[in-house]
Amino acid sequence: METVTITMKNPPALYLEADNVSPDAFAGKTAAQIGDLHVYEGNVTSTLGKYFEISGNAGATAADTKIVVKGDVKKVKYLGFKMSAGELVVEGSTDQYAGGWMTGGKMLVKGNVEAFAGTAMKGGELTIEGNAGNYLGAAYRGDWRGMTGGKILVKGNAGSDIGMYMLGGEMIINGNVDVHVCTHAEGGKVIIKGNAKTKIGGQMVDGTIFVFGTIDVMMPGFKPAGEVDMEVDGIKGKFAHYIGDTGERHKKKKGQIIYGNLYKKI
Amino acid sequence: MTKTITDVICPFCGTLCDDVEVVVSDDGKQLLEVYNACVIGTEKFLHSQSKDRVTRPRMHQPDGTWKEISYDEAAEYSAQMLAKAKKPLMFGWSSTNCEAQSVGNEIAEITRACCDNTAATCHGTSLIAIQDIGLPSCTLGEIKNRADRVIFWGCNPAHAHPRHMSRYSIFPRGFFTSKGQMSRKMIVVDPRVTDTAKMADVHLQVEQGMDYELLDALRVAFKGEWLPDVVAGIPKEKIREVADMMKSGRFGIIFFGMGVTQSLGKNHNIDAAIAVTKDLNEYTKFSIMPMRGHYNVTGSGEVFGWQFGFPYAVDLTRGFARYNPGDTSTIDLLVRGEVDAMFTIGSDPGAHFPISAVKQFAHIPSVCVDPHLTPTTGVSKLHVPVAFNGVEVGGNCYRMDNVPIDCRKVVEPPEGMLTDEQFLIKVRDRVRQLKGVA
Repeated sequence: METVTITMKNPPALYLEADNVSPDAFAGKTAAQIGDLHVYEGNVTSTLGKYFEISGNAGATAADTKIVVKGDVKKVKYLGFKMSAGELVVEGSTDQYAGGWMTGGKMLVKGNVEAFAGTAMKGGELTIEGNAGNYLGAAYRGDWRGMTGGKILVKGNAGSDIGMYMLGGEMIINGNVDVHVCTHAEGGKVIIKGNAKTKIGGQMVDGTIFVFGTIDVMMPGFKPAGEVDMEVDGIKGKFAHYIGDTGERHKKKKGQIIYGNLYKKI
Repeated sequence: MTKTITDVICPFCGTLCDDVEVVVSDDGKQLLEVYNACVIGTEKFLHSQSKDRVTRPRMHQPDGTWKEISYDEAAEYSAQMLAKAKKPLMFGWSSTNCEAQSVGNEIAEITRACCDNTAATCHGTSLIAIQDIGLPSCTLGEIKNRADRVIFWGCNPAHAHPRHMSRYSIFPRGFFTSKGQMSRKMIVVDPRVTDTAKMADVHLQVEQGMDYELLDALRVAFKGEWLPDVVAGIPKEKIREVADMMKSGRFGIIFFGMGVTQSLGKNHNIDAAIAVTKDLNEYTKFSIMPMRGHYNVTGSGEVFGWQFGFPYAVDLTRGFARYNPGDTSTIDLLVRGEVDAMFTIGSDPGAHFPISAVKQFAHIPSVCVDPHLTPTTGVSKLHVPVAFNGVEVGGNCYRMDNVPIDCRKVVEPPEGMLTDEQFLIKVRDRVRQLKGVA
């Protein structure tokens, strides 16, 4: 695997839209060719080389390419946009849409990410060592298809509206989350190891949420359905089971109504 | 001798009353009296006559004073600012007519700006929810003639839309509502005992920020499913009673305002309220309508929608329209420091935005086009006063139910003053030259 290192040298005055920083866009290119890829700062189109110092050549395919992003990229959006294979490591924190629409490969952010990380993600692994913002693994605005596959791991906390319209895949949050988890979800699994606030699973059609910590207020549409012993992400324990959202529409399978599931650790 | 002009449209709130009468002097230069309008609307008409009105553009000087400049110089400054910026922001539009909005959109397209309207601080969240699940709505006329279940959720029309209840929603005697308010059941959902709540048959005093839970509980109640004993501070028996009251009507309407759109839950509250409306249509006829604030904020959404495909928070920086509130919305753009020029028209963000967003005005070039003196004109580098739309110039406006109504000119503006549209045309023509667009 070949490694390309890009280091922020001339930070933008506004924000950069760097939707070309992905193993797919870099594959088969030399450092000079990578420097010629376009980026946008507001309504001005320029090149990656204007802002970043680029060293190393990419592999022949995306799967053979690893990108390391160094320097302050807090004002850079769309890192790992639509990546399908290979690796992307961001040494610090980055802005919105990190790993948006990714379909494969591995992306690691060692700092925090802002909103819309993993938007409409289809596959691959997105790991955030710091905190994530709002709309993690959610659908793009107006779309009804959120995350459909892949895995997101957040070692810190996450914001609100995570997993909105989630259809599949798995999300693990080691810390706490803000309001609205899996709103309108029709599948997928979200594990929250910290505490949750309110509006968990509102309008949920299907899917599963695990909460290890506290829930400030339960949605009235979640009906108690007993207790179960389970092993979740390697942790065994007793969970209170709720089904819902009973106010929402639900599918039927073999005559049985399929509800969303919420498990809260006792 | 004075002249009385009838059937004047009031350019204040989204109710857009069309039965106002104004008395003007014989030469048509002075507006003397206003009839039928509410106290706020009357004040809006009379304010155009104030003696201390600013009638020429003014430039903020480094020592804090203002220097009077000509409209041409103001147009030059605005055009230069917009043409040079990498990411200009054009905000406001809700207190001007659709014709001016359309010219503004041309400028935004040429300069590749972000454009947004006052929905940013009011019903923008409703627009997000509408995109997500749709909006079963109707006109105010249908409500007047048919509605026998009227729900005001998080809004206080007694103060914010003073003639709404008397013209459309509660008191009028309509074709199928011949007994006026006697033929309607009024439900108000509000954490406070407002003057509207005091009039209600049922007041649900919901806990602050728990509207989403209460809306969900109503949906559960419609389906007869299990409910916890108390939801959002309301006992379940009460929720089931209200659910039955809503189901038993012949035609129901939910009006909702800032209390749900801008409290915890935001777009999800409206999403759930629309879902409630949808559910109710299995039992009876129900509609839902946002209580729009500015008299032409609806029109701004219509013009944006018609020209760019999205109703607010449109980002044209890449040459095509993108829309994702949180990324392209005004307050986020300002707070995050994403824009380098600010053009405000027909709105007062200085009074309504968080202070962290307003502070950004001070760091970037800014123009404010507004007939009034406002906090925004106070912090902008350039203030361009214009004629009052709906008083000194006519033009198309949209009522809160998306019905277009032409505003009327009733009095002459002070001599030499331009309208919003005339000033924007000057800016547009100069921007075209600067950008080399034919």
